[in-house]
Amino acid sequence: MALTGLEIFKLLPKTNCKKCGRATCLAFAMQLAQKKAELKDCPDVSEEAKSVLGAASTPPIKLVTIGSGEKQISIGEENVLFRHEEKFYNPTGVAVTLSDDLDDEAFNQRLKKINALKFTRVGTEIEIDLIALQNNSGDASKFAERAKNVSDNTHLSIILKSKSVDNMKAALETCADKKPLIFGANAENWEAMATIAKEKNCPMTISASTLEELADLTEKIKEVGVTEIVLNQVSESAKEILQGLTKIRRAALRKAFRQLGFPALTYMPNGNPAQEIASASVFMSKYAGIVVVDSCEPWQIMPLLTVRQNIFTDPQKPVQVESKLYEVGQANENSPVLFTTNFSLTYYTVEGEVEASRTPAYILAVETEGTSVLTAYSGDKLNEDVISKAMTDSKIEEKVKHRKLIIPGLVAVLSAKIQEKTKWEVLVGPKEASGLPTYLKTTWH
Amino acid sequence: MEIANVVEKCAGVVQEVTIGATKEEGGTRRKTVTIGGANSLPFMDFDGNPGHKPAIAIDVYDIPPEDWPEPLLKHYEDVVNNPANWAKRCAEEYGADLICLKLDGIHPDRGNKSADETVSTVKSILEAVDIPLIIWGCENNERDNEILPKVSEATKGEKCLIGGATQENYKTITAVCLADGHNLITQAPVDINIGKQINILVTDLGFPTDRIVMFQTTGALGYGIEYCYSIHERGRIAGLSGDRQMATPVICDVGHESWRAKESKASDSEAPQWGSFADRGIMWEAITAVTLIQSGVDIIRMYHPEAVSIVKEHIEKLT
Repeated sequence: MALTGLEIFKLLPKTNCKKCGRATCLAFAMQLAQKKAELKDCPDVSEEAKSVLGAASTPPIKLVTIGSGEKQISIGEENVLFRHEEKFYNPTGVAVTLSDDLDDEAFNQRLKKINALKFTRVGTEIEIDLIALQNNSGDASKFAERAKNVSDNTHLSIILKSKSVDNMKAALETCADKKPLIFGANAENWEAMATIAKEKNCPMTISASTLEELADLTEKIKEVGVTEIVLNQVSESAKEILQGLTKIRRAALRKAFRQLGFPALTYMPNGNPAQEIASASVFMSKYAGIVVVDSCEPWQIMPLLTVRQNIFTDPQKPVQVESKLYEVGQANENSPVLFTTNFSLTYYTVEGEVEASRTPAYILAVETEGTSVLTAYSGDKLNEDVISKAMTDSKIEEKVKHRKLIIPGLVAVLSAKIQEKTKWEVLVGPKEASGLPTYLKTTWH
Repeated sequence: MEIANVVEKCAGVVQEVTIGATKEEGGTRRKTVTIGGANSLPFMDFDGNPGHKPAIAIDVYDIPPEDWPEPLLKHYEDVVNNPANWAKRCAEEYGADLICLKLDGIHPDRGNKSADETVSTVKSILEAVDIPLIIWGCENNERDNEILPKVSEATKGEKCLIGGATQENYKTITAVCLADGHNLITQAPVDINIGKQINILVTDLGFPTDRIVMFQTTGALGYGIEYCYSIHERGRIAGLSGDRQMATPVICDVGHESWRAKESKASDSEAPQWGSFADRGIMWEAITAVTLIQSGVDIIRMYHPEAVSIVKEHIEKLT
């Protein structure tokens, strides 16, 4: 947890020697707190101060990286409990299970299906991150053979799940270079698992049914020399897991409790496919670093990935769509032309209503730095010049024969100015997007 | 090892609001629904009392819905012209805790139904079901101000939840709900300050805070859910920290918003890459609901019976 300037000041020599380039130790302490200075600037700092300040500057939740290459994922290193306080930084990894005891055909088919779980939403590709290969066969050579198969045939990162240390070793021989997550360590086998993790330089999970046990075990594993640890609370209760994830996050962030300062991976409690996705969605919003699901149907995975896409957006930064001309339906030279702003929520609301109206149309998303119609208007980001320029840039004149522009009802006051500037006839649309279907059906035709 | 104590006690409590009145209480309902009462974040019962479970309201319209995709419409096809039968099915077969009657048909563009006709629709629903009623206007101020007072008067004593009172249009509806003993929905456009302001405006008119339910306008999964998620969360945290004007329960509109999404509407041939059309919309609605529940909501308006049962089972697992 970050220290305040005064807390840091107490640890400094308090000699005001100016060797650090600041007038006083207090000024230096204040700058340290704001991360505008570095402790090494002080030549007389004590060892104690170094260790306290060093610990305070490491992130409260360890960053853990799984996989190698393009699709490697990083989890942890979060700073807040609520996204509005800042933002959530490292999106929850989504893992889909694959059992090593499926017959060859079923195995390869499922692998192929898992590899294909990607979708495009709002112009962005969203996709799962990991395959959780499970050693259900209990057999070492089978597990190793399947691990090699997966490693050779997926772009995704890998979780290897086995409680057997020997089987884990065998599988790692085939794919340690992919930096898989070693899953299977518990109170009994943690030492052997940690030894392999250290040797192969791979991250590992630690499983236990209580947070107290987990805290004990992370301490021990750190002593072996493994730092990339992922917590796994074993429970069949969705409520217990949800509360556990919350307690882990609070302990790490609010209490600087290092023993639980790691990301958490969670399996879903037993349930039908719908419950599995419901649980995974809420664990994603409430602090899981990785969720592992059995579901691999697009209609199950797409909503889950959309929750992640939404919850992990930066709340301080309005999400924007590209400022350009959009075509809804089979628009032609007689279709209506509307404009709105490039704030994604505004744009998609308008687009949704135009779609609902079943009137093919052109929507011009005008660049307003991602602000809504009224905000943009009051900040002078939406005026006749901006609109006219957007129309010219989009070459709308070549797309339609008519010269009629539907403007948002909220900026009706701009009508005359737009008309004068663009020489297009201005039609004032509804104030709320929800009025568009009626408007297009009645006024346009 | 002992872990750090992470219990967080809250100074405030979300207001308890009861919707519906039994015969003894002056109404005709056999069941009433109480929401609110939390002094912890959702499901965090190690912090304090998580309050009443979120309740599910299923929507019924006074006119047949337009553009409902087949996987949804098939559950209502034979009742969309009869709101009373529609409500009865939601109450008896689909597990609704409340019926939310949405009066789209009074809108000038969507039927312009008269006050008399609307009152008789409301009465027919009250006769058909024994659970409490939410009555929601058409968001055309003139028509709402004309019809809602008649509806309020006709249901006096039933302790319905009626809305929505907006910053621009709250006086009439607040006055009639106050006079007829109903609960009131205060409505804001995903804006925490306006949400608080409208609560202040209606309480200034003498409306009691234990009869207010807030509505922050809902965005579906993929369509702005993160905005309303954070507005709900901020509002709930403010309420739990002792801001009394923000300590009212919250309602959200999941059915309507999630079934407008492309992901719910596109057929198998239009979107083969998205998987089964029959299941997709149900998941979209259910996941919108469970995600919003984490942000602190007390009544969820829904459409699809299977989505309702997924969400109810999920709530049971977390309480």
